[in-house]
Amino acid sequence: MHAGVSLLPLVLDRVSYAVNGTALIHELNLTLSAGSRTVILGPNGAGKSLALRLCHGLLKPTAGRVRWAGAFTGDPMRRQAMVFQRPVMLRRSALANVAYGLKLAGMGRTERTDRARSMLDRVGLLGLADRPARSMSGGEQQRVALARAWALQPVVLFLDEPTASLDPAASRAVEAIIQAIHEAGTKIVMTTHNLGQARRLADEILFLDRGRLVERTAANRFFSAPATPEARAFLREESL
Amino acid sequence: MKLTLRFLLAAAAMTAMLILPAQAQDRFIVVSSTTSTQDSGLFGHILPLFKARSGIDVRVVAQGTGQALDTGRRGDADVVFVHDKAAEEKFVADGFGSERREVMYNDFILVGPKSDPAKVAGSKDIVASFTNIARANAPFASRGDKSGTHAAELRLWREAGVDVEKNRGTWYRELGQGMGPTLNTAAAMNAYVLADRGTWLSFKNRADLAIAIEGDRRLFNQYGVMLVNPTRHAHVKKDLGMAFIDWLTSPEGQKTIADYKISGEQLFFPNFRKSGT
Amino acid sequence: MHDIAAAFAAALRMIGELDAGLLGIVALSIKVSLAAVAIATLLGLPLGATVALSRFPGRRGVIVALNALMGLPPVVVGLFVYLMLSRAGPLGPLGLLFTPGAMIVAQAILITPIVAALTRQVLEDAWVEYQEQLLSLGAPPRRALWTLLWDTRFSLVTVVLAGFGRAAAEVGAVIMVGGNIDGVTRVMTTAIALETSKGDLPLALGLGLILMTLVLAANAAAYALKEAAQRRFG
Repeated sequence: MHAGVSLLPLVLDRVSYAVNGTALIHELNLTLSAGSRTVILGPNGAGKSLALRLCHGLLKPTAGRVRWAGAFTGDPMRRQAMVFQRPVMLRRSALANVAYGLKLAGMGRTERTDRARSMLDRVGLLGLADRPARSMSGGEQQRVALARAWALQPVVLFLDEPTASLDPAASRAVEAIIQAIHEAGTKIVMTTHNLGQARRLADEILFLDRGRLVERTAANRFFSAPATPEARAFLREESL
Repeated sequence: MKLTLRFLLAAAAMTAMLILPAQAQDRFIVVSSTTSTQDSGLFGHILPLFKARSGIDVRVVAQGTGQALDTGRRGDADVVFVHDKAAEEKFVADGFGSERREVMYNDFILVGPKSDPAKVAGSKDIVASFTNIARANAPFASRGDKSGTHAAELRLWREAGVDVEKNRGTWYRELGQGMGPTLNTAAAMNAYVLADRGTWLSFKNRADLAIAIEGDRRLFNQYGVMLVNPTRHAHVKKDLGMAFIDWLTSPEGQKTIADYKISGEQLFFPNFRKSGT
Repeated sequence: MHDIAAAFAAALRMIGELDAGLLGIVALSIKVSLAAVAIATLLGLPLGATVALSRFPGRRGVIVALNALMGLPPVVVGLFVYLMLSRAGPLGPLGLLFTPGAMIVAQAILITPIVAALTRQVLEDAWVEYQEQLLSLGAPPRRALWTLLWDTRFSLVTVVLAGFGRAAAEVGAVIMVGGNIDGVTRVMTTAIALETSKGDLPLALGLGLILMTLVLAANAAAYALKEAAQRRFG
């Protein structure tokens, strides 16, 4: 289904990222494999968003390497997608927004219009297809962003705090879509501040603290019995 | 890079299309003249007749005399038509003009506040009046722009023995402007001002000003016309330019000039004499 | 007060009579400033876009220079172009001095920095918002630029209008390089200067009112267009 399944596993090999001499990510070593839903947690300033962008390729590491699966030779960006905390809508209709990525990928007009419509349908917005995207509510815009990302049939979908700006109802709608995308075969890598959301969506937790990967465990074990003191401190703080 | 190059070429082509004149094969000449001549309305009267007679379009660029002569020096005009005999003769002597003919004269008048603080109104002696104005420290507005009018004014101050440099900024105000703006300022300041009759007759913003002195022969203002030297500037339209000069000094042209009136008053007095001037 | 009332009367009379001279002057004003803004957009838009989106040594200096050049005094530009186009100057053989072409050149020089600097501002701000998402969707740099230009089209129209307004309003450059020749290079602003110098203040003011009405109309039309388009496209 996803022609580039050979894109994964993604390996981060001693990846560091520094700005003006200050190291924000320290020697990150991790492997992301297909199948599980990975959620990255950590206190503010831990480097969660940076880690996501390093994986996606929006940022280049200042040391170390980001390696996609050996057999893959194309442009890795084309087989992934990312959804940001604030959705960036182009000044056109919702349908045109979803079709934009497909146009970049070289798809013909009829095919991309059909695909865009069906994606909007899957996120429940087909009725608003011709509405100017920028005049939609935050929740609707985020769903359009998800439809746009999903339309590309990405092997990996990165999400940076996708519901942080949304109300609870919109958040639940977004979570349902993320779940659907996962079930359709896309690898999910997500950051969030919302522990309840993490509990609902994660299969495994990557816990970052001050730029380092401190703990990595299956989700239920992380929440019931965190292994490291930093993780314990974090969970205590967040549940207050 | 190739796209940038193609784009730059397209931009250059479009710019050129917009800017370069549609090479109108109109027969026209550029005449540099003075703002006072233009403001008098003379050109509006005589040029349509000349165009009908000859088919030549006369494009008048009106500047101060100094600038008009400079325009001729640079070769940006075909004909120069100003009123500063000394400067014109130097223009020809220096090789910038190839021929000078006297065309007409008008006169300057002294305009001043009706209250006449220097008590000069009605006098027939302009030089003595200037002395009186200086003595009374009455406000005086000068064009100060190296124009023919300004040159005439300075000559009168010299004859009156008054050093206006010393008094600059006190009762003597140098404005650096054309006749119209100077009259505007004089009206606002209630000052005396030396003006050409033509501009005064068309001037609508008189406030409290009126003619104080007129008729002294020293106030006569001679106009001369010159062809810009084609030997110096090869592109000068010699034939068309001479056609205009010939017409101005022809009986028909001279009569047309005399016929120009404002409120029934003749402004310019043609005085071309074939015997060579 | 009387002058102002007389000005309104003069303006209405001129418009009512559809005075041929006035129409000619208005038409020339529009033609010159429109041509100038077209050239300025052709040059300034790509320049602003390049500075907004590329990184190169001295970039900050260029931005400061562009912003400063927005304040170029028109009379200085006029003098410079005059010296260039004069027969005694390097471009004399073109025979452009005292023609509308010279006026277009001068105004184009005047407004290109405005278009470039404002375009840079608009695109740089938009880029901050769009950059990550466009890269993530796989847009190559040139494609991203076109998308950015299209998305900021309303702001860019405002930029072009600002340039047009500045061009239509200036007198210092066009009077020097055009010569204010009756029927050939006389535009609204130079006509106003002329009537003022002749002391006919109501007429000058009347012309001024007409000029401002024109610029206002252009802006109102653009605003209405923008509103309509925004309702359709957001």
